Amino acid sequence: METALCLVVGCLFTVALYLLLSKHIIRMLLGVVLLGNGVNLLIFTAGRVSSIAPPLVPAGAETPLTDVANPLPQALILTAIVISFSFFAFLLVLAYRAYQDLGTDDTDQMRVAEPEDDGPPPLGY
Amino acid sequence: MAGPSDLAALKAEAMVEGALAPIDYLVVAPVAVCLLFSAVLLMLRKRIDWHPWLAIPGFLALFAIDVLLLLKVALEGPQTMMMGNWKPPFGIAFTVDMLGALFVTTAGFVGLAATIYATFSISRTERRYGFFPFLFLMMGGVSGAFLTGDVFNLYVWFEVLLIGSFGLLILGSEHEQLDGATKYCFLNLVATTLFLITISYLYGLFGTLNMADISGKAGRFEDDGALLTISVLFLIAFAMKAAAFPLNFWLPASYHTPRFVVSALFAGLLTKVGVYALIRMVLMLFPAQHADLATIIGWVAALTMLVGAFGALAQSDLRRLLNYFVIAGIGTIFAGLALTETGGAGEALATAASAATGTDGGMSAAATTGSAAPLVTGTSNLVVGLSGAVFYALHSIVVMTALYLTAGTAARIAGSSSLRGMGGLWRRAPGLAALMLVFLFAVSGLPPFSGFWPKVILVRGAFQSGLPWLGAVILLTGFLMTVASARVFALAFWRDAPEPALAGARDFGPTGQPSPLLSILPLLILAVFVVAAGVSPQWLVTLTEVAARGVVDPAAYVGSVFGGAS
Repeated sequence: METALCLVVGCLFTVALYLLLSKHIIRMLLGVVLLGNGVNLLIFTAGRVSSIAPPLVPAGAETPLTDVANPLPQALILTAIVISFSFFAFLLVLAYRAYQDLGTDDTDQMRVAEPEDDGPPPLGY
Repeated sequence: MAGPSDLAALKAEAMVEGALAPIDYLVVAPVAVCLLFSAVLLMLRKRIDWHPWLAIPGFLALFAIDVLLLLKVALEGPQTMMMGNWKPPFGIAFTVDMLGALFVTTAGFVGLAATIYATFSISRTERRYGFFPFLFLMMGGVSGAFLTGDVFNLYVWFEVLLIGSFGLLILGSEHEQLDGATKYCFLNLVATTLFLITISYLYGLFGTLNMADISGKAGRFEDDGALLTISVLFLIAFAMKAAAFPLNFWLPASYHTPRFVVSALFAGLLTKVGVYALIRMVLMLFPAQHADLATIIGWVAALTMLVGAFGALAQSDLRRLLNYFVIAGIGTIFAGLALTETGGAGEALATAASAATGTDGGMSAAATTGSAAPLVTGTSNLVVGLSGAVFYALHSIVVMTALYLTAGTAARIAGSSSLRGMGGLWRRAPGLAALMLVFLFAVSGLPPFSGFWPKVILVRGAFQSGLPWLGAVILLTGFLMTVASARVFALAFWRDAPEPALAGARDFGPTGQPSPLLSILPLLILAVFVVAAGVSPQWLVTLTEVAARGVVDPAAYVGSVFGGAS
């Protein structure tokens, strides 16, 4: 099970990196989503896939009766999902606004902050 | 079946009995104050006239708490607070040692100065869009990153400070800002995601995320390849956060676009959080792997310094030039992290200390002789390098913030931030020009200011640990930065103002002269540190050396978390 999950994580990372290397922001956004999901799956796998029993303590008992799933990775993933979702929402708005204002989603043509024809500094006075 | 007695036993194993004393909450107080003020200011979003007058007391309180924390750590050693009374390693630990305390206090110091500057330089519209809440949120994230003792928690604070910084970066929504913010946001998000990937490997290997716990287990761990992989991933992630070559391209693309006060805080604090995390995660947790990686860190440091220095020489805009000064500073800090135990026992600190005594004259002779003794005894190159790196990082936090703030006032007076359009400031604002000269001297590493002593320590350390080329690059970078600084001063301050008013003159904030006190006070506050650390460096060298020793031998850190019974 862990091997299969590792392969899935590897595929997600490969696709995400390929998309992130693109010049176009819309592809980079998709890359960010896939990268975030790949990480979540990686944390889940790193916590070991041992048992599928939910980590619940039945009424009257003080400890779980059987082996249960590791709850810590799930707490970590929940945090990471919330964070990556909010960042993705921010990036979407930012990318859309940048597309509206700059008229391009090609990062090579986004040269407002670093103009290309900005000559050398004055060499004397 | 488990009975009530078992439950009591389990509780005794996992939880601390009894309540915490109020003084123990000091460890989390910096974060709590920041988040509290952020929330209160957000609720008062309709009363934007109150914002500056609430923000200044907020930052005064933050700085006071930071100083108290530093004093407590200096007197009693590392402090730990466990969340929810859970025993380590079950709960989330906040652990502050000398390294974290020094960084968090310096962060509070520059935060205070920047807030005073922001009270007049940030317009009402920008206040309405939430400048001060974002500022407190970012400071909360920065403070949390310096104080936490849990790796996943460190990731969360990175994200908190990133969200705050995104808000500050796009405040104003100019085309330039949208362009810069796009690159900043994507690359920083990828860097933190890489950090998270590394955390999941770390968790998979050790089954714990408590730094003190990992520190104990890493020494007994056998699979060196896995630890080396994790260390390399940490190095890449934090080099990206710190803008070290070749992962530095997002910084010159974005740091000159927001308001000057925002640039100042970003340049001072955000890259240094990456440096701090690198020291904490790689040097403290994986010392053996750090020794393997030291050569690579040395090359990264040398190239980063040269990229920063040559980049600064090529710029015609004052702010973009300062962007490259930040990068050169990061390279210098990395140079200190490249020194290892190999080679003879260094005497650099001791020599620097005795040299410092010569400069102060008799003034602080008593204090120096009091603390000189421990500096002489068997100081290893690792401690020397780390101590110089921490000293340089603290200096860089203060002086980069000061330079951007001074540049902001200069650009406002001159109506331009281009070196082609500025001029005549020496005549129009002599006080400002004098302060600029102090900060330019400091950033270039010239005595008698704060940049000189850490460079002395680093260059001597590099020569003594068999890396003379690294020492040479530090000196060459210092020379090139002096040339770039001289050009800034000659063009923007010394020469007469260019005759035709520049067509591209820009508006740098609300019009009308700020009250002289408000515009000069934050610069004076920062200059106090720059001069104090330059004229009498001994107190800071002593503190950074304690910090470096705490990282090289984390027994006190681990003991603070596990109550001495690690």
